Amino acid sequence: MNVPSGISLDQAPPIWVPLRFFITAPLFALTAALLLLWAGPELFSSRWDPAMLGITHLLTLGFMGLVMLGAILQMLPVVAGTPVRRPALVAAIVHVLATSGIILLGSGLILTAPLALQIALPTLGTALLLFATLVVVTLRRSLPQNMTARAMRLAALMLAATVLLGLTLLSNHAFGWWLQARERLADLHLTWGLLGWVGLLIAGVAYQVVPMFQLTPAYPARLTRWLAPVLFILLLALAPARHLPVLWSTLKILLAAGFAVFALTTLWLQTKRRRKQPDVFMYFWRCSMLSLLSAITLWLAAQIAPAIGGMRGYGMLLGVLMIVGFAMSIMNGMLYKIVPFLVWFHLQSRRGATGPAVPNVREIMPESRTRRQMWLHFAALAALLAAIVFPSPFVYPSALLFGASNLWLWLNIVAASRTYSRVDALLGKASTSAG
Amino acid sequence: MTTISEFLAPDHKRCDDLFAATEALVASGDWDGAAEGFSRFQEALQHHFAMEVEVMFPAFEARTGMTQGPTAVMRSEHRQMSDLLNQMSGALARKDGDAYLGDADTLLIIMQQHNVKEEQMLYRMADRALANELEEVVGRMRAMT
Repeated sequence: MNVPSGISLDQAPPIWVPLRFFITAPLFALTAALLLLWAGPELFSSRWDPAMLGITHLLTLGFMGLVMLGAILQMLPVVAGTPVRRPALVAAIVHVLATSGIILLGSGLILTAPLALQIALPTLGTALLLFATLVVVTLRRSLPQNMTARAMRLAALMLAATVLLGLTLLSNHAFGWWLQARERLADLHLTWGLLGWVGLLIAGVAYQVVPMFQLTPAYPARLTRWLAPVLFILLLALAPARHLPVLWSTLKILLAAGFAVFALTTLWLQTKRRRKQPDVFMYFWRCSMLSLLSAITLWLAAQIAPAIGGMRGYGMLLGVLMIVGFAMSIMNGMLYKIVPFLVWFHLQSRRGATGPAVPNVREIMPESRTRRQMWLHFAALAALLAAIVFPSPFVYPSALLFGASNLWLWLNIVAASRTYSRVDALLGKASTSAG
Repeated sequence: MTTISEFLAPDHKRCDDLFAATEALVASGDWDGAAEGFSRFQEALQHHFAMEVEVMFPAFEARTGMTQGPTAVMRSEHRQMSDLLNQMSGALARKDGDAYLGDADTLLIIMQQHNVKEEQMLYRMADRALANELEEVVGRMRAMT
């Protein structure tokens, strides 16, 4: 029998394994904001516009994808109970391939450059499929009662399915062959990506971190046992159900209900928290759950009144609520817990019993800075939503706010990494002079 | 008959509650209340460690022969938490709220991960390994007040 020890150094991967992903991610969101600034209100005309697709992928793959990859590489040994072999090498391969693939994909779509897309195809495909395989295989060793591991594994399977669909669509853009089912595949690709890969992963991680950081009661056992597998099966069933309208709508309504249950349970648990100190982490989660519920409500309204679904900007509103509101908010909040803790933990472990004092997590990531960045993110979200409905007055302010928020997030992460390097050098000096 | 899980897991919750209450007092600047709250929290946590280190871990190690396994990891985490408790006690004496809350944030993460590992792994393993002597082991821990 083996006990997972998330907190002993021989199990935790080197700090740069997750950090290299976290430092790169906000730069992609910043680039997306600059592109929005450059393209102006035109961009919001259609979500199928190649430039819009490019920008969307800078957010979903560039920001969200990299944050999730880094966080999972950090968490895998804890969740699975055994370390990943050669973590620094795995991280380097996945990070370099994914980052160059995302740059190629983004520029290929935005500049309509088929050659860039043709190179992006094997690059991104290798990085993401390699990663999905690593997660599925590693988590085989996790304990059956570990519901986070289970959800994470299902999410990784959804990642693989999303990537395979994405590669098919990408090859269509890159080589210009005739793909009859393009729109249907694209629909499935974004549903599996956002609800399957991102949604299931967030649910699985929430089971651990919401009770842990706010001292809320645990999620109900029935929910953690059934929610992820049921959502997974519903998502899979969408593929063959396309031609059966009744089944198709039933599946979608059940999916919406499942995610609504998750969001409402999370908000309800937070009201029962025993730790009354409100912090940025909690506000980010709240914003995320409210965005998810708003997206579900908007979608439901469109099912009841098709005129709403036909409105200009309907799909974009759902996209911004799910991507910027639901996913990016949580990841932003999680980064503010993960990064300072990792810096503290690695420094503390190096320090040993004696040696210079190590700064605490609030000194590494001061709340005054994270709180202001959080308000900027909320303002950016509101402005982006407004820009979809009223493009001309809101597009430029929303791009500026979104860019500023991500630049600030990046600066906060870089500052924490520099604190690590600085104190690490001090510790090195202290240990050589002591030895 | 009470199992080790049934006896020790609720004690985690008791420590969490004392932790949260003290943190709120520090945040509100009630230093007298915080000092009292902290000493109760520290006492509760150290008492919990003592029950494990003096009674449960040795019994488990004697039965299973695993001295370098899970209990060694738990002991080293106890040390990390004790170090943080000392720093928090110092911060409280200096009435340095930021230092206290910063260390408290760190302690909470370690404490919660530690609790999850104990509740999901070690206590269950111990309940199986010590099935024939549960009454005696739990009785000895209960006697430690």
